[in-house]
Amino acid sequence: MTSSVLQYIIEAQAKYSRCIDDDRLEEWPSLFHGPCLYRITTASNYREGLEAGIVFANSRGMLIDRVSALREANIYERQTYRHILGQPSILSEDGAKVRSETSFLVARILQDGDTSIYATGRYFDVYEIADRSAQLQERTVVCDSSRIDTLLALPL
Amino acid sequence: MNKIVLPPERANLVNWPEGLTRVPYWVFQDQSVYAEEQRKIFQGPNWHYLALEVELAEPGDFLTAHIGDTPVIVTRDTDNEIYAFENRCAHRGALICLESRGKHRKDFSCVYHAWNYDPQGNLTGVAFKDGIKGKGGMPDSFKMEQHGPRKLRIAIIHGLIFGSFSEDVPSIEEYLGEEILNRIERVLGGRTPVVLGRFTQVLPNNWKLYMENVKDSYHASILHLFFTTFELNRLSMKGGIIVDESGGHHVSYSAIDREAEKDVDYAKQQLRSESEYKLADPSLLESFDEYRDGCTLQILSVFPSFVLQQIQNAIAVRQIVPRAVDRTDLNWTYLGFSDDAPEQRLTRIKQGNLVGPAGYISMEDGCVGGFVQRGVAGASDDHAVLEMGGADANSSESRVTEASVRGFWKAYRANMGL
Ligand code: FES
Ligand SMILES: [Fe+2]
Repeated sequence: MTSSVLQYIIEAQAKYSRCIDDDRLEEWPSLFHGPCLYRITTASNYREGLEAGIVFANSRGMLIDRVSALREANIYERQTYRHILGQPSILSEDGAKVRSETSFLVARILQDGDTSIYATGRYFDVYEIADRSAQLQERTVVCDSSRIDTLLALPL
Repeated sequence: MNKIVLPPERANLVNWPEGLTRVPYWVFQDQSVYAEEQRKIFQGPNWHYLALEVELAEPGDFLTAHIGDTPVIVTRDTDNEIYAFENRCAHRGALICLESRGKHRKDFSCVYHAWNYDPQGNLTGVAFKDGIKGKGGMPDSFKMEQHGPRKLRIAIIHGLIFGSFSEDVPSIEEYLGEEILNRIERVLGGRTPVVLGRFTQVLPNNWKLYMENVKDSYHASILHLFFTTFELNRLSMKGGIIVDESGGHHVSYSAIDREAEKDVDYAKQQLRSESEYKLADPSLLESFDEYRDGCTLQILSVFPSFVLQQIQNAIAVRQIVPRAVDRTDLNWTYLGFSDDAPEQRLTRIKQGNLVGPAGYISMEDGCVGGFVQRGVAGASDDHAVLEMGGADANSSESRVTEASVRGFWKAYRANMGL
């Protein structure tokens, strides 16, 4: 049972990473199901239990607004990400609800070709297992470093 | 990043055009200017924001910070007073404290040779001072009270802790002046702030380019489309700017003016901000009337490196720490208040999306300084033009002005003797 749950989560996470790295941001909000919570914070804020995020969205509408702001309003240099994910660890299973932790490394590629490690950290996810898939309900992105270079435009 | 910045000829450093409307680009590039700023501004007769008083709520609490390049330790001692001293051991200069913050600290011990300091920065112990078995040790002429890290003067205003290395700096009240003080009181007076988050944004530019940006009420509704379209801040709103007498401190504020909503002037200019744009979840901008004065935005800066922000219910302090000629740390502390109702707290956290490194508004401020830094790379001898709204550095009812940016340079030049 756990092995298929793990497989579903790996699939969901791979889909998520490809969505962002392939610049299909319009599809990103639809990767969240149910109540939807997305938050980016740092390890020191997370440790101290501080609630504010670099990004905070508690509705799919807020994710849609993120994308339209990036596409239509915000000014930033064109860039792409490459997500490299570690193996997910299942933290808990409660019926269909599964919590996992997955490490990530995100490289940022700027228009001029400059590539750098932009962020490393952990995803704390909540999934609901349904229809032979893991449906993402919550993602808390905890960046290891407390420093963000220049700006954070694309979602992590 | 590969960057070739030709150092300007030394002679250029004194060649600052007359008046406040020109800023030579070498001031953002020159290593010797940077070093001079550390001495004259950051260690000079100015007040520098260090922390919030609530971050050092109990005796034994401490944190480390920077004033420019200089590391400092800030503490609350058992007498319940706030102290700050340079984070530099009096022995051979190592950092005394390596942690960013902590509690229950009775003393600080340098890791190198264990010289010991009390929370006020007094040297209280030297390891093996009397040697071992009568051999070695410090000479009798060595007196502990003659050695110690530099202590800072401290001033606390509405829960904000400021420090200064200078004995000559005027009192904080005199330094800020009444108008600025009132505007700080408006946001923080009589309230107990709660830290909601702390983030550091690394800016790829000289620190002064960020301060210029903060004080630039001209760009707000042009660069930031999000700001404009959702009526957080239109040039046609009621509001204005306050520049203090020194020029170094400023307030930019605006209040909703529904009458001016269909302002024709604005449409005529055909700015980028005219595009159609709707929020899928407009609850982001549902605010509560916290200050009962209709003022939706108040950005306040204190020379040289502090910003207090109210954008609707998103309250934050920002501390600017220069790290190199072309690198600056911007430390954000997002605030709520102890009497926030849960839904008010949620409103603040949602409006946190407006600011910080990923802020719908602030995101652009994080990169535009870098655009200038890169843009002027080959133009050390050239200069910026600051003529919007005239040539002075006075308060104004219009926000279509660069008066507070000119004010910054007025204070900067007075400090630097340029
Ligand atoms: S440098 Fe601190 S004890 Fe020697
Ligand atoms: Fe701005």
